[in-house]
Amino acid sequence: MSGQMTQVNRLDGGQIDRGSSLKFKFDGKSFTGHAGDTLASALLANGVRLMGRSFKYHRPRGPLSAGSEEPNAIVTLRDGARAEPNTRATTAELFEGLTARSQNCWPSVKFDVMAVNDAASDFLAAGFYYKTFMWPASFWEKVYEPIIRRAAGLGALSMQEDPDQYDKGFRHCDLLIIGAGPSGLMAALTAGRAGKDVILADEDFALGGRLLSENMAVGGKAALDWTTQTVAELSSMPNVRLMTRTTVMGAFDHGIYGAVERVSDHLFEPAAGKPRQILWRIYAGKTMLCAGAIERPIAFENNDRPGIMLASAMRSYVNRWAVTPAQRVAIFTSCDDGHRTAADLHAKGVKIAAVIDTRSETPMSMDYEVLAGAQVINTKGRLGLAFVEVQQADGSMRTLECGALGVSGGWNPNVHLTCHQRGRPAWNAELSAFVPGGTLPPGMSVAGAASGDLSTYGALHSGAKGAADAFGIKAADVPTAADTPAKQSAFWYVEGCKRAWLDQQNDVTVKDVKLAHQEGFKSVEHLKRYTTLGMATDQGKTSNMGGLAIMAEIAGKGIPDVGTTIFRPPYTPVSIGALAGRMRGMEFHPTRLTPSHFWAKERGAVFVEVGNWLRAQWFPIEGETHWRQSVDREVKATRASVGVCDCTTLGKIDVQGADAATFLNKLYCNPFAKLAVGKVRYGLMLREDGIAMDDGTAGRLAEDHFVVTTTTAKAGPVYQHMEFVRQCLMPDADVQLISTTEAWAQYAVAGPNSRKLLQKIVDPEFDISNEAFEFMACANITVCGGLRARLFRISFSGEMAFEIAVPSRYGDALMRKLMEEGEEFDVVPYGTEALGVMRIEKGHAAGNELNGTTTANNLGMGRMVSKKKDSIGTVLSERAGLNEEDALKLVGVKPLAREDKITAGGHLMAADGPVDAAHDQGYVTSAAYSPEVGSMIGLAFIKSGDARMGEKMRLVSPVTDSEVEVEVTSAHFVDPEGGRQRA
Amino acid sequence: MIINHPLLGPRDSAEFVYMGDARLIERPDPESDTVAEQFHDYAYLRDNPAGTLRELWFHEGGDRSWLVVTRDTRTHEISKVELARDVARSKGRSK
Amino acid sequence: MRYSGFKVIKEALSGHKGWKPAWREPDPKPHYDIVIIGGGGHGLATAHYLAKVYKQKNIAVIEKGWIGGGNVGRNTTIIRSNYLLDGNEPFYEFSLKLWEGLEQDLNYNAMVSQRGIMNLIHSDAQRDAFVRRGNAMILNGADAEYLNEAQIRKEYPFLKFDDQRFPIKGGLAQRRGGTVRHDAVAWGYARSADSHGVDIIQNCEVTGFKIENGVCKGIETSRGFIGADKVGCAVAGNSGRLMGMAGMRLPIESHVLQAFVSEGLKPVLPGVITFGAGHFYVSQSDKGGLVFGGDLDGYNSYAQRGNLPVVEDVCEGGMAIMPMIGRARLLRMWGGIMDMSMDGSPYIDKTHIEGLYFNGGWCYGGFKATPASGYTFAHLLANDTPHETATAYRLDRYKTGHMIDEKGQGNQPNLH
Repeated sequence: MSGQMTQVNRLDGGQIDRGSSLKFKFDGKSFTGHAGDTLASALLANGVRLMGRSFKYHRPRGPLSAGSEEPNAIVTLRDGARAEPNTRATTAELFEGLTARSQNCWPSVKFDVMAVNDAASDFLAAGFYYKTFMWPASFWEKVYEPIIRRAAGLGALSMQEDPDQYDKGFRHCDLLIIGAGPSGLMAALTAGRAGKDVILADEDFALGGRLLSENMAVGGKAALDWTTQTVAELSSMPNVRLMTRTTVMGAFDHGIYGAVERVSDHLFEPAAGKPRQILWRIYAGKTMLCAGAIERPIAFENNDRPGIMLASAMRSYVNRWAVTPAQRVAIFTSCDDGHRTAADLHAKGVKIAAVIDTRSETPMSMDYEVLAGAQVINTKGRLGLAFVEVQQADGSMRTLECGALGVSGGWNPNVHLTCHQRGRPAWNAELSAFVPGGTLPPGMSVAGAASGDLSTYGALHSGAKGAADAFGIKAADVPTAADTPAKQSAFWYVEGCKRAWLDQQNDVTVKDVKLAHQEGFKSVEHLKRYTTLGMATDQGKTSNMGGLAIMAEIAGKGIPDVGTTIFRPPYTPVSIGALAGRMRGMEFHPTRLTPSHFWAKERGAVFVEVGNWLRAQWFPIEGETHWRQSVDREVKATRASVGVCDCTTLGKIDVQGADAATFLNKLYCNPFAKLAVGKVRYGLMLREDGIAMDDGTAGRLAEDHFVVTTTTAKAGPVYQHMEFVRQCLMPDADVQLISTTEAWAQYAVAGPNSRKLLQKIVDPEFDISNEAFEFMACANITVCGGLRARLFRISFSGEMAFEIAVPSRYGDALMRKLMEEGEEFDVVPYGTEALGVMRIEKGHAAGNELNGTTTANNLGMGRMVSKKKDSIGTVLSERAGLNEEDALKLVGVKPLAREDKITAGGHLMAADGPVDAAHDQGYVTSAAYSPEVGSMIGLAFIKSGDARMGEKMRLVSPVTDSEVEVEVTSAHFVDPEGGRQRA
Repeated sequence: MIINHPLLGPRDSAEFVYMGDARLIERPDPESDTVAEQFHDYAYLRDNPAGTLRELWFHEGGDRSWLVVTRDTRTHEISKVELARDVARSKGRSK
Repeated sequence: MRYSGFKVIKEALSGHKGWKPAWREPDPKPHYDIVIIGGGGHGLATAHYLAKVYKQKNIAVIEKGWIGGGNVGRNTTIIRSNYLLDGNEPFYEFSLKLWEGLEQDLNYNAMVSQRGIMNLIHSDAQRDAFVRRGNAMILNGADAEYLNEAQIRKEYPFLKFDDQRFPIKGGLAQRRGGTVRHDAVAWGYARSADSHGVDIIQNCEVTGFKIENGVCKGIETSRGFIGADKVGCAVAGNSGRLMGMAGMRLPIESHVLQAFVSEGLKPVLPGVITFGAGHFYVSQSDKGGLVFGGDLDGYNSYAQRGNLPVVEDVCEGGMAIMPMIGRARLLRMWGGIMDMSMDGSPYIDKTHIEGLYFNGGWCYGGFKATPASGYTFAHLLANDTPHETATAYRLDRYKTGHMIDEKGQGNQPNLH
């Protein structure tokens, strides 16, 4: 059977490629269409009007429009992981193998049991749920809400990961033109010919806008021919970029526009290596909104049946897609535009049942009947339109048989993007429509129907003029075209109608608007929220105005006094994948690797995410089956002999200049002015509010040269803070800063044999004996025969230890060298876990203790804060609340029973008494198993902790179901006198 | 948003880190008699107008300069961009 | 008029002709005992509790536009009491308990839906912090539950566990957390307050305070002078502007926070989920939309709209943790003004001006606080002493050094 034979509603002509025959499936049934079809046009061609069900009442739904404003023909496109819920059939391009299914219906779109809601609609009026489902109290969540939730939503997610790729891009232009209808094309011609960089973007897959749908002449030729010729000229201009399938979705600050290009949505699947969609950020010098207008429907009883659609959409189906929605069609109009549809349909051989015009003065026709002063007062047809009931001018009733009804209530300029920066549209009484208001996004102008200029000539002319005015250039010659706009007057709804749909997707009727008003929901925002008017996937593009008009009439106000709700981006819904682009999976954040990463990988290291860094967490060896075995071994081996840990991720900031010491003295709360060259000092930085910000070391390599280290997590913020102090507080200080975190690979070499190991690689002219290079010394040295390096004698583990830094490119080699030379000492590499164990054993604070709420006083470093100088944070650190008698103090805890677990995050309670917040004594910040102690240990902040050594307390962690008895100890579990690190 | 950097020209605001009220440049004199009160006001009471605000932005993804941006908080329109160092000097800050 | 099953059926059968306005539209009286400025969630709740619990009479709520038109109508509807610090947790737990009885209290179905909130954990340090928080919650009488990775996999099989840049290591759940139909909260409180005699005066903008000898005597408005013995301000993002009229500088910055909703989808999410390694949290409304958000745009703003970088950042977080939503579409984005305080916690306090009281600094946590904020502000207005759960929310706490800094970010509002 040929496609043509099944396409019962296919006409001659149109812009489809009849040479191609595309097979597709809807609700499991096979059909054919042509390239150039949308899913909606192809289904209509095949005689299918019923495409879905509405949200609340599950009423049958077919297309209302032929564009992106569609509220009704919403389907799930594609299968499996590529399933796309809530896709508008009116914009989905047909492709070979397309599959789609209707939504929000069970068992089928033709027989949907939830349509029982329609019969119960009297009980489901606007706001009904706020008044009910409250008895008994427990039933809401157990009974009512689950039922309501089952009914929620339209389409369903596949529950599978989106298999397609998305991308992002940036474009710059002198002029962004949004919409490629007559005004957009003329604007592009004008600016393009003048050599401006132009982007012309249109959501459609073909350029031309309304010109593609109209049977009219432009420049003395068929509109389509003029369009083709114009597009050809624009394509030939290297300075003009034509972007089809591209929706400019939002107008953001300073001329930045978001646009989504649907690169592959018209294909069965994206071509290899191609994204599905691209999110463009377009930086536009000027912008012209040429987005046209959207026809508005009329509300009348049962105006929602499949087959009832906008008259202009009908014209698009007939002229562009060569499809009639039915063999016999009626038109209901309040303006001349409806007559154009009738004429176009008639010209294509479609039978016109009648044109029903609300006006008494109407154009007449020799070809079909025109009922002047008549109104459609009801319709019939269970799953699609079969009859319309018309009240004629003389009051008599008449029933017309028809399969489709075109409705035209005039046009609304598409002002959406003009309001994205909170501008409000202005009321134009002549058009009975909102037009762009006075406050547009900076750089934006509006042309064509979007500006309220509803004639074709007006659009062509205002497009050319708009671009010419924007740049002070010559406008392109405007071709001849019809210059009288279709007259339009306000006709919002048929008197006396009740179940007349405004929002067809959300099932908001005239009755609901009236009820909302009756209950005091009188502002447009209240109306919207109470009735859900305009909250569906189309955001009320065809429904909001009707609701406003009715609200205004009831309130006895003008429509402009009622106002509109706020237009918000996006213009049409945007897939979340496109907004995320490539930033997902392992690409979600950049991954920073240390210079020894690949060496560590060879050694079988287990890695852990530390911010964006990957760090070796531990290095398992053969026979180890649990991470604790590896970590305990690394700790013991380091404390027994020597271990090496990559600490490259610590922030490193080079501070140079004559005032470097003064500068650091301002930054650190402890004194730095007199630090000798060749020495390192531990430093604590406070925020200006007196809370500890970060700690680290600063080594003085020369009179005017310091190297500051920060914690891994705070490298960025500390650098930013230092630049603030330098530029904003000490602008004349002779200080230069540069972050060198990535420039130096740095390794901690720790343990009693650390010096011996280093002596094997440090060049002989450098004496690193304890006498020549004591604890807290630093120096520029060379290693391995001339490689420049920095050596710091600092210890995080409490052992004799050094940190050695070499330029990053030598990091891998240095690590391998240390391992090789260290073999005789049974050197081990250790990871962040062993590092953590050793620093807890030594009682060093880290991120868990420097948590942004702790002071130097809490950390037991209160005496470090110099009273002799001003530094950042010292003044506010003296506030009473930060220095109370029972302030938290950092201490150690260990379990009374060796096998008991210390839980980080557990809270401490007195040995007896209640366990509750009122009796909370503090909390454990860090915990680890200490091979040295032979049990778990923890660091904790405890009220007056320093005065409670030896006290027995309870460590409770109800959320992990544990309670153990602990003893308060010094935080220094290992070598409290510090003899080892000075050895 | 786009910030017109005085040295580098127009840059996307995503390259910057924001800190707010540029009065943070005017750190009080630590020797003052009312030092506690002054530092409280400095640290905690900031200008928050619905209108023109002078505010600090840090060009983290660029040349690392601190800028003072004059911006309308109702429209986001930027009327002036200065180097914070210059502003600090004009306020009499030195070393 | 009381809503009841009987009434709903009766009206359905008689064309809904009997429904009355949910609240009256009175003209302002020349004088009230107590005037609340701000007809948002907090202001309306304050009026409700003042009238119903504290038995105050002669109360007005003054609203510049339409009630419920600010943040109570523009948020992500989440309720929870998963706070860490003693200054906060009892207050938010009190709030959660009030939510649990709200519908019966108001005779209005605000659809309080306790389908739980899950904070995902991605690192050991985060686990330690969440364990501490979970314990603090339980010690304060709230509920909290720690889940390991296997339990998360079982409950949330659609999250991305493999090839995950920041693997999910566990989660802290509060089962009593959830969502509420946000607009209905404003309407429910308004209707109840109105029924207790409170005058709700819409479209009435405050233009100044009448302050004599350090005593607040009333307010100047676009509808004339309104005298008051006590004036309570609860205007969220506009706090700075309003209190500026009383000559006060506040430890508050106004920032824009964006939020997003997708097209309606069949239910997939069991409750609220927050991603711990990116800026993304999400729930699903009873209508089916995914309601999600992330971080502040980061700059001071009164524009009630945001910019693309944050939109993208939030969607990146969403795709990282839940890549099944790639083909769902973002339907609408909006921005609200957040009154960001200097430590991330709110203020409910008297001011130095007698008769003038302040409620604000809610950052982006104001919605969940609505009942307790109203209750405790009403307590303060009625008794001149703070409610026992709100003693820490002092305006002068930075002077004394008693910050309530949940995030540990210090005096930098956009980081809270």
